[in-house]
Amino acid sequence: MDEFYGRTGMVLHIDLTTGTATPEHPDEAVYGRYLGGRGLAGYYLHPFADREYTDPELPLLIFTGPLTGTDSPTSGRGTILSRSPLTGAVCDGSIGGGLPTRLKKAGYDGLVITGRAETPCGIEIDDHDVRVVETSLWGTDSDAVLHGLERQLPEDTSLACIGPAAENGSLLGSVAVDHRHGGVRGGLGLVWAAKNLKYLTVRGSGEVRVHDPAALAEAREAIVRLTMASPVLMGGHGFSHWGTGALFDLINSRRMLPTDNFQKTFFEQGAAVNAAALAELYKPRDHGCLGCHIHCRKIARDGRSLPGFETMAHFTANVGNADPESAMEAADLCGKLGLDPISAASTLACLREITGQDYTDKTLLSTLRAMAEGGDLAKGALNLAQACGRPEAAMTVKGLELPAFDPRGGYGLALAYAVSTRGGCHQHAYPISHEVLRKPVATDRFTFSGKARIIKLAEDTIAACDSMNACRLIFLAAGLEEYAKALTAVTGQDWSVQSLLEVGERTTVNERRMNAGNGFDATDDDLPGRFFTEPGTSGGGVEIPPIDREKFLQARRNYYAVRGLDENGAPTTETLQRLGLDQ
Amino acid sequence: MKALCEKYAAKLAAQGLASGTGPDAPLVGGLDADLTWNREDPRTGELAGLFSRLSINSLVFIRPAEPYRTILDFLAARNPDGIRPEDTETRTFLHDIPVCADFTAEAMAAQLKRRKVIVIPGQGVAACGTVTPEQGFVSVSSLVFSSFVLFFSDYLNRARRVELDDEYADAFSHVVRLLPEPHTDLPGLAAGPFTDEEGVVAAMAEAGRKVVGYGLVDSFFGNISYKLDETVYISQTGSSLDELEGCIDPCPLDGSTTNGLTASSELSAHEDVYRRSNYDCILHGHPKFSVIMSMDCERDDCPNRGHCHIHCTECRTVDGVPIVPGEVGTGPTGLCHTLPPAMAANGAAIVHGHGLFTAGNNDFNAPFARLLEIENRCRDLYFDRLSRYA
Repeated sequence: MDEFYGRTGMVLHIDLTTGTATPEHPDEAVYGRYLGGRGLAGYYLHPFADREYTDPELPLLIFTGPLTGTDSPTSGRGTILSRSPLTGAVCDGSIGGGLPTRLKKAGYDGLVITGRAETPCGIEIDDHDVRVVETSLWGTDSDAVLHGLERQLPEDTSLACIGPAAENGSLLGSVAVDHRHGGVRGGLGLVWAAKNLKYLTVRGSGEVRVHDPAALAEAREAIVRLTMASPVLMGGHGFSHWGTGALFDLINSRRMLPTDNFQKTFFEQGAAVNAAALAELYKPRDHGCLGCHIHCRKIARDGRSLPGFETMAHFTANVGNADPESAMEAADLCGKLGLDPISAASTLACLREITGQDYTDKTLLSTLRAMAEGGDLAKGALNLAQACGRPEAAMTVKGLELPAFDPRGGYGLALAYAVSTRGGCHQHAYPISHEVLRKPVATDRFTFSGKARIIKLAEDTIAACDSMNACRLIFLAAGLEEYAKALTAVTGQDWSVQSLLEVGERTTVNERRMNAGNGFDATDDDLPGRFFTEPGTSGGGVEIPPIDREKFLQARRNYYAVRGLDENGAPTTETLQRLGLDQ
Repeated sequence: MKALCEKYAAKLAAQGLASGTGPDAPLVGGLDADLTWNREDPRTGELAGLFSRLSINSLVFIRPAEPYRTILDFLAARNPDGIRPEDTETRTFLHDIPVCADFTAEAMAAQLKRRKVIVIPGQGVAACGTVTPEQGFVSVSSLVFSSFVLFFSDYLNRARRVELDDEYADAFSHVVRLLPEPHTDLPGLAAGPFTDEEGVVAAMAEAGRKVVGYGLVDSFFGNISYKLDETVYISQTGSSLDELEGCIDPCPLDGSTTNGLTASSELSAHEDVYRRSNYDCILHGHPKFSVIMSMDCERDDCPNRGHCHIHCTECRTVDGVPIVPGEVGTGPTGLCHTLPPAMAANGAAIVHGHGLFTAGNNDFNAPFARLLEIENRCRDLYFDRLSRYA
């Protein structure tokens, strides 16, 4: 690490077929163009982006960024990226906990994991000691794996693993990271399973070198000051106090809480399952990722993780359940089985609409268990709905189940869902920020006017954030202006808002070109028909009509124009050349 | 997009930050698929070059109205490497203000790719946004406010240290001649107490418009609240105080909901004032001379110098109105810790480098009157203090 600031200069290629680990030292130019995290992982995926998840050559990528492991606020983030078994699209997951920090401190900017072990295995990294070991943990749930490994390994070790869902071939298989910091969507756990990889442990004792610690301290001070000034993050009603569940009341009052599989947008029993109700019931304590001062995770007194907003909303309003304990149990079970809770709950909601059968406490959990064992339920809402001859009941984009924000309540959100490279995802542009939370300024949530370029710029901003590897949430307070100063201080290279946005644009277009190569086109950049034909639940002074189809299509055309895409949503030759992606 | 461009151009003029008509009227550009401007002007050709060089969707350019024009040109000439005010707005949101020597797209873009707002001496001020033109409007307004505070604060400090030069003295007397006369009349706001949500919201909206109209705050700064039974109604974060309809959050004091997620960042401070006192309503503005006087201190040898905004331990007042340290929000050095006890005891308090809070009962008439009275008193005090030195 002697020659580099903010990075180690080493990417480790681990071939599970041979059990070998080979270091690579990427060119300086590669770091300059892709930075790290999601950007750099996308660079490594591109040559293999057309491979199926069963192909041993498809890489599983786990990357840190230049801020990971430094004093930059919220620096404990990393990226898991591969081609999604669920959607076939490029899929990234932002991970936290301590794993990214420890991977960096072990000396690696990222891991490129390929091949397939003959028998179930784990990867154990202790600084430069890298081992691929056979494991008998296959078949055990995530909690058992992580608790078991914790007992064997030093305290400062981080852990990630898959659960039975991925092992059984569920397309909703997720990845548990340090118990509570996975949240990986798109079935990426199945990529682990396809490689016979059950777990990863990482311990790192090195330090991440910073070029100008005094300048980083100054940048940190500015970012922390903005965080403290943010009502969303640190206010009495904010995430630091309540967790992301703080969104529940607000989203419900804005009449954009998906209810009954998005057939309604207001949940009458919201007060029974909101953040205040959970706090009263479970007396949670704070928990956060390494390097974070926000601590948005909340741990119940009984040790269970309190669900974040999206999980709680989907296991209550979207499946017609007003019992907080059954929602807690469902979320906890997802964690143990290694199921993506958003997709799992959305698939349950889809099934409920198709069958007309409400869940009881028991059937909610038993259906989840079935989902982790295989069959149509394990293939997600779209495949389930198609198998039942009811494709219109799947609330998905590109096959990925929508999170707990109804697009009829925010037209920027509607556009963001449609064009996101990983499918039904609001996090790549996070229009909730300005359409609901008023940051950096409020926008009219019921208009597409101006939204095409807003979404494009937000996508670039978040892709830059994911490539530096800061937490997306902090951009509800600080911005690239402050983070460019932090990155300059860390790396010693001159970064600006503009140069960061260029990395973000390259990252997003790289993902677009991979998706286009896999056959994605404009028909995939679309929303379920329900949102154009059925109104939401109006009330409280707010009317929620169906989205005007023509205005949506015009906004999508505008997005294609400002993003430099052709009419099918593929990057033009000119765009690829401009971003140096044509080679 | 064009409608938004026109809206913020009009607001800049309405708040006296720029001329409403003629060649110095604001230029506001917005880009979605196509670039539109609020009006035609020869300078849009050069300014359009910023959209091709920067990842932005909106731009605000103004030649500030007087006296801000003189202030900004003076400060830019004195600080060609950048202007560094020390008020809260700057510390929190602006950080520092680059000075760009040339009105060319290339030169301006080089600065705007790092900062949200820049000064071009003799030309104007440019600010960009990635969401709406409101961002540029906020940045320009913040810059003008911060520069005003810096200009007057620095002049008083230099006078005290006998470091004034003729150029500064000339600029200062020119600016002072251009200052508007202080308001002495009162607006006669709706009489309370208000007994339902509709009445509360209407009274808050009216008070907000008047506070902005009297120049006691720029529209998007500050906040207003009213306690009805056990619910605090408060303006939303980043809301324009002259457009509060639809931007007021009801926040029950029992913590049974988190609807206050979009409430002002000062919600915690307001709530604590109500818990500690019998007041019914609070007004918070950023009157310029109150902010200037809050930052004025003769103790050059104080060990907390440079950190006065968070660490000042002196018992300082303006005619008995306490001046307290504290940053925006709820952090360990947040004003939520310092403001409530001061407000509960005095009904008014000034936060160092930030602004003025006043409380009242039943309706906003008394807190409004006190806001105006304290600001006018601070203005008098400023010139009194200055007269001791210059």
